Amino acid sequence: MVNQEQIKVKVDHMTKRFGDLLVLNDISFDVKKGEFLCIVGPTGCGKTTFLNCITKLYDLSQGEILVNGEPVNPRKHNIAYIFQEYSTMSWLTVEENVAFGLKMKKLPKSVIKKEVDEVLEIVGLTKYKNYYPVELSTSMLQRVVIARAFAVKPEILLMDEPYGQLDVDLRFKLEDELLKLWKKLGTTVIFITHNIEEAVYLSENILVLTNKPTTIKEKLSNPLPMPRNIVSPEFIDLRNQVTDLIKWW
Amino acid sequence: MKNRFKDAASYEKMICAGISILGFLCLWQLVVSFTAVGELLSGPLIVLSKFVTSIAEPIGTYTIQLHIFWSLSRVMIGFALGSAVGIVVGILMGWFKIIDAVVRPLFEIIRPIPPIAWIPLSILWFGLGEGSKYFLIFYAAFCGITMNAYSGVKSVDPVLIGAAKMLGANNRQVFTTIVLPSCIPHIFAGLQIAIGTSWATVVAAEMVRSTEGVGWMIIKGQDSNSTVQILVGIVAIGIVGYILAVSMRAIEAKLCVWRVRGK
Repeated sequence: MVNQEQIKVKVDHMTKRFGDLLVLNDISFDVKKGEFLCIVGPTGCGKTTFLNCITKLYDLSQGEILVNGEPVNPRKHNIAYIFQEYSTMSWLTVEENVAFGLKMKKLPKSVIKKEVDEVLEIVGLTKYKNYYPVELSTSMLQRVVIARAFAVKPEILLMDEPYGQLDVDLRFKLEDELLKLWKKLGTTVIFITHNIEEAVYLSENILVLTNKPTTIKEKLSNPLPMPRNIVSPEFIDLRNQVTDLIKWW
Repeated sequence: MKNRFKDAASYEKMICAGISILGFLCLWQLVVSFTAVGELLSGPLIVLSKFVTSIAEPIGTYTIQLHIFWSLSRVMIGFALGSAVGIVVGILMGWFKIIDAVVRPLFEIIRPIPPIAWIPLSILWFGLGEGSKYFLIFYAAFCGITMNAYSGVKSVDPVLIGAAKMLGANNRQVFTTIVLPSCIPHIFAGLQIAIGTSWATVVAAEMVRSTEGVGWMIIKGQDSNSTVQILVGIVAIGIVGYILAVSMRAIEAKLCVWRVRGK
């Protein structure tokens, strides 16, 4: 039983329709403070719609989403969102990109510098802080976006298949960096992916969604100790378990 | 190592440009020397020599550099005003739906009208002096820039706007930190086009009524049946146009350093 004070996000009977099309059908679950939750499901099941509801880009048709016990409000709650596309600002250097959110919040320059330097160090971009995005590789661009999101010390970090376009090597590297940041900063992370191995590697809990109209098929706990070994029998067992749940064929 | 490659590439470009210009001048000279075209057209050597002597000997009241100065000053005043207003109108039209709905239909009707079609009206409105010329160049620059600034706002990546909002930016901050910087490359593309059309318009305006300027030189060359003077005017337009385009690119490279670094 989860203590109410520990609940960061409470999704209560979330339903979303687009006209006659029912996309999210009466979904309820909780996310604990500091939890790393992965959401997996078949392609087109409405994973991104779900995130867009949390950020209020879409209004819910029914139900509600509570953060710290009150209706979600991106202006009030410190929520960061990492998109599938690389969203670096091409006219800003790496350092300026990472500082963007802090500048929007009008924090003192000394605080901005300290936060930016710290996050750049963690993602290994200190050396490249004066570079422009055009001079960076794909993985570095995504690291800039991740650093920018963590720099604002978000209460909740939403990630929508952020590594979907990367090759395996880069993905593994960035996943480890993400875990490092998550452990250090204690942010609540909701990570959407269609990659089951990625979900098992990163998560504390895995939410498996069904095809449309989407409901929760199962919420699995992931007890495997970190760092995880993707070839260990336990890892493979859990991965197969999730795969079986997600199968619609 | 990177700089060495860059240097080699720029030398290569300069050599190619030199060969291309020299080849054109040789062909021009050959055609003039060995065909009947020579009766209607002066050769490049005569034209270039007249160009050089015009620096000291006046054509009409002024030397060639003063004629260029007159034309250029008209262009710069009209172009600066047209660009400033065009950038503001284009951005406002792109960002505010209500302004777009009200202003764009009118703009779309005015935009296809060529600047020279306004010459008679501009003379009636502003007289034969500088006012009508400024108006025509203002109009030429305004139309080009407005459209580009408008497209710049419309093509701002919605992912960037979403990212900025998620990072806490309000609407004003989104406008100043995302929309305006995103527009700059589009605005510079518009400025490049507008400087060309402004230069073409000043020549047309001077041909109609003026006592100095490159357009005046050309039209007076026609009156006195001097193909050399006409060609000197045309060469001056070409050289100044080229310098303006290069200067504009240099300013763009300086202001939009993020687009050129690493290439």
